[in-house]
Amino acid sequence: MSTSTLWLIVLAAGLGTFALRLSFIQIADRIALPRPFIRALRFVPAAVLSAIILPAVLRLPDGTMSYALDNPRLLAAIGATLIAWATRNALVTILGGMALFWLLGWLL
Amino acid sequence: MRNRKNEEWQDWLEGIRAIAPLLPAALPFGMMAGLAAAKVDFDALLGIGQSAIIFAGASQIAMTQLIGEKALPVMAVLTVLLINLRFAMYSASLSLHLRGLSAAKKSLAAYLLTDQAYALALARFTLHPDWPLDKKFRFYLGTAITLWVVWMASAALGYYLGAGLPPSWGLEFGVPIAFIALMVPGLRDSATVAAACVSGGMAVIAAPLPNNIGLFLAALCGIATGYVWESVMLAPHEEDNA
Repeated sequence: MSTSTLWLIVLAAGLGTFALRLSFIQIADRIALPRPFIRALRFVPAAVLSAIILPAVLRLPDGTMSYALDNPRLLAAIGATLIAWATRNALVTILGGMALFWLLGWLL
Repeated sequence: MRNRKNEEWQDWLEGIRAIAPLLPAALPFGMMAGLAAAKVDFDALLGIGQSAIIFAGASQIAMTQLIGEKALPVMAVLTVLLINLRFAMYSASLSLHLRGLSAAKKSLAAYLLTDQAYALALARFTLHPDWPLDKKFRFYLGTAITLWVVWMASAALGYYLGAGLPPSWGLEFGVPIAFIALMVPGLRDSATVAAACVSGGMAVIAAPLPNNIGLFLAALCGIATGYVWESVMLAPHEEDNA
């Protein structure tokens, strides 16, 4: 991709993200928010992040998908999920997940 | 006069103190955003500048990943916006506390809105509903600007350090790991877990579809699942910040 295309992507993404952040801070004084809308938004982070995580974990560096249980990526991701669940700490989760990944890659 | 200035500084300090424990966890994530940009050959200005322009790690990493996969530019932008939809939810919840700020101050607060600053500010404002608007704003800026500075420093660090790291270390796997660190603390009840499970499963099934369209379909399925699960299985979730 050309540099100008990359800049356009980043600027559009930045402007759109700013609009999302400003949206209700700017208008909620005047407009009542529909409850079903708010309730649906609650599930966006879990749904979107999960949809990114699972294929990324199962996709091998060569682009094929691996569903094998001895896939170090899958095992390390499960371990990282448990660490995240127990600690709720991003630093510990990232360090633990990567350590597991390297260890399992070396063992398996 | 001197006394009032001192008090205002205390509000800032309180915000800085609140965010301090979260900074070590923000550092590797910011570095990962810088590293991801370096990996897809962003130049230094854009690679580090995107962290100031977008200022949302998960979406930046996803965007650079899509650019690396040669996805359509419009899909890269839409993916960023879909991941960042949660900011609209934060915006709605925080707006009740920021009523009456000038347009410029609202814009500054909005630009600096992050998971961490939102969570800290909302918890504090709920604890001290009597705080005047200016005091709330100063506390919020104390948390949010501190995180911004650390974020930018870590993005620069990740950009330059990341460019020199060998691929055999498998550091690209840090990206899904970082997403796990971001997602799991948000799984607060069975409805969000159901949303994540259905969305993740659908994303794997739909992975062969072009241009990451599977991500959108899977996320929509997950959101619908969470919504229905909550309606059927749980008592309607009351907003705790009203």
